[in-house]
Amino acid sequence: MLFDIFIAPFLDMVDSPAFFVEVVIVGLLTGVMYSLVALGFVLIFKASGVFNFAQGVMVLFAALTLVGLMEHSVPIWLALVLTVAVMVVLAYMVEWLMLRRLVNQEGIVLFMATIGLSFVLQGLGETVWGSNVKPLDIGIPDASFEIYGVLLNEFDIFAAASGAILVAVLAVFFHYTRIGRALRAVADDHQAALSVGIPLKTIWVIVWAVAGIVGLVAGIMWGAKSGVQFSLSLIALKALPVLILGGFTSVPGAIVGGLIIGVGEKIAEIYWGPLVGGAIENWFAYVLALVFLLFRPQGLFGEKIIERV
Amino acid sequence: MLYREAGQFKTSYTADQTVFPILQDRWCMAAIIAVAFSVPLFSSEYMLQAVLIPFLIYALAAIGLNLLTGYCGQLSLGTGAFMMVGGYMTYKLTTSFPEVNILIVFMLAGLCSAFVGLIFGIPSLRIKGFYLAVATLAAQFFLSWLFNKVGWFVNYSPSGSITAPPRELFGILVTGPRASAEVRYLMVLSIVVVMALAAKNLIRGRVGRSWMAIRDMDIAAEIIGIRPVQTKLLAFTISSFYCGVAGAMVVFLWLGSAETEAFDINQSFLVLFMVIIGGLGSILGSFLGAAFITVTPIILTNAPPMFGIHMAIDLQKHIEIMLFGSLIVFFLIVEPKGLARLWQITKEKLRLWPFPY
Repeated sequence: MLFDIFIAPFLDMVDSPAFFVEVVIVGLLTGVMYSLVALGFVLIFKASGVFNFAQGVMVLFAALTLVGLMEHSVPIWLALVLTVAVMVVLAYMVEWLMLRRLVNQEGIVLFMATIGLSFVLQGLGETVWGSNVKPLDIGIPDASFEIYGVLLNEFDIFAAASGAILVAVLAVFFHYTRIGRALRAVADDHQAALSVGIPLKTIWVIVWAVAGIVGLVAGIMWGAKSGVQFSLSLIALKALPVLILGGFTSVPGAIVGGLIIGVGEKIAEIYWGPLVGGAIENWFAYVLALVFLLFRPQGLFGEKIIERV
Repeated sequence: MLYREAGQFKTSYTADQTVFPILQDRWCMAAIIAVAFSVPLFSSEYMLQAVLIPFLIYALAAIGLNLLTGYCGQLSLGTGAFMMVGGYMTYKLTTSFPEVNILIVFMLAGLCSAFVGLIFGIPSLRIKGFYLAVATLAAQFFLSWLFNKVGWFVNYSPSGSITAPPRELFGILVTGPRASAEVRYLMVLSIVVVMALAAKNLIRGRVGRSWMAIRDMDIAAEIIGIRPVQTKLLAFTISSFYCGVAGAMVVFLWLGSAETEAFDINQSFLVLFMVIIGGLGSILGSFLGAAFITVTPIILTNAPPMFGIHMAIDLQKHIEIMLFGSLIVFFLIVEPKGLARLWQITKEKLRLWPFPY
C-alpha cells in the first residue's frame, strides 16, 4: 500500500518521461484557462474589495452573448465588438444598481449580492439566448501534432498564447496608462485615491468592464473547447483554489497559481487517482490549496496583513 | 406597542439573564409554539410537506451556520457538506443498528458531522475571511466525492442514493415512505424547538460570549484570556452538529431519499443567504431568513398561473431565478443587517408608537 502511494507513481513517471511531459503540458494549458478566470476575480477584488462570485457566470454570459449573436449570422468581429459593448454596459449597470448602493457594507454582504447577481445573469442569459448547448466555432484548428514524442494540441497552444497576450496587454495597461495608474492607486488605498481626485465610481465601472472582457476571453476559450453551456459557470469554482493559492490581490499570483493547480491536479489524477477510484480532480485543487495555506496563510503573492488591536 | 416592559424589575442575576427576560415575550413564545404544534389539525398535506417541513429544517441549518458565521465570525461555505454527513451517517447507523431509537441515531449522526466539522475547521486557526470560506469549500467537494465513491456508506447500493427505512418512535411510524406528513412535521418541529432553545441558551452563556469576543476582535479576545483555538473549533463543532441533524432530517423526515446532489454547493449558498437575509447573529433572523428563502420560490412558481399568465416551463424557470436574484440584491441594499434588524426597528418604533418624541 505504502509502496503504491509513495514509490510506484514516481517510478511510472521515470519510466515514460514523454508521457509525463505530456501530462505536465496538458496541465499547464488547463492551468492557463484557470488563470484567465481567476484573473477576473483578482481585478475586481483588488479595486473594490468585492469577492465577485458572479465572475463564473460573467464568463458564461459573455460566451452566450457572443454565440447568440453569431447564430443570428452577425460576423464574428462585429459580434466580438457587440459583446464587449454588452459587458461594458453590464459593468455600468452593476455599479449603478448595486455597488453604489452597497458602499461601506461588510465584505460578506457584497459577496452575497454578487451571488444574487450571478442568479440574475444566469436567468437573463438563458432567457435571451436559450439554455441548450451551443457549439462555438471561431476558426481555430483543433489538430494534434507531435514534437519529440510529445503529443500536443494546436487549440491548446492557441489558447495559452492568447492567454499570455491578454496578460501582457493587461500588464501594459496597468503600468503605462493613466487609467491603469488610477486603478493601481485605488487598489492600494481607497481613501488616499479618493483624496487625490480619482473618481472611485468610474474606476469600479472600468474594473468590472475589464473583468467582463477577461471573462469573455475565458468564455471563448472554454466555449470553443467544450461548447457554451451552463456548466461553464462552474469553472468559477475551479478558479477559487487558484485564488487562495496565489493570493486574492495578486495578478502574478493568479497566473502562477493557475499553472500550479492545473499541473498538480492533472498529475494527481493520472498517477494517484486510480489508487482511490479516480475523479479526484474536483477536490484535489482545494486540498492542495488548503495544505499550502497552513504554511502561508496569505497565499503565494498575497499581501501580508498586519493587524493591530 | 401592545405591551410595555415597564415595571418588570429584575432583582437577581438569574432573572436578568434568562433567555426571554420580558414576561410578554415568554407568553408570546409559548403561544407560537402551541400554535405551531396545532398546525397539523388544520393544514393540508401539501402545506406541511412543501412549506413547513423544509422551512423548519432549513431554519435549523441556518441556526447552525449562524452560530458559526454570525456569532463566531467564521465564514463557511461547507454547510451543505456537513448536512450531507448528517444524512448519510444517519442512514448508515440506522441500517446497521435498526433497533436503536431513531432520535438517538439523529444525535449520533450529528456527532459524526460535528467531528467532520472539527477537522475542516482546523484551517480557521490560520486563516480568516474569504480565504477561510474558500477553504471550507474543500469539505464540500471532498465529502461529496467520498460519499459517491465509497460504497460502504450507502451499503453498496448500485444507485448510490440513500432511502429512509421505516422507523418507529413510541410505536408511531415516523420515517419512511408510509409515515404521514403530520407525524413527520411534529417530529421536525419538536427537534427544531428544542435545538433552537438550546442555541439561544448557548449564546447567552460563557461559550456564546467568547464566540462573540472572537468575532468582534480576535486579538483582543485572546488578550483577555479567551483561547482562540478551542473557541473557534468549538464553534465549528457545534455548528456542524446542528447542520448534521438538519441534514439527517432532510433525508429522513422530508425527502425520504437523497443523493449527494441534494447537498451540493447551492445548498450551502442557500443556507448562507438565509443567515445573511435573516440577520447575522440572530436566532430569530435564522427563522425569518429560512422562511423568506423557502417561501419565495414557491410564490414565484405559483404566482404567474394565479394571474392567468402561462408561459413555457423553462422560460418561467429562468425568470424565476432572475427575480429571486434581484430580490436578494434588493433586500441586501434595503437592509444589509437583515430581517431581524427590521423587526427590531419595528419594535422600537412601536414602543413609542402613538406619541413618539
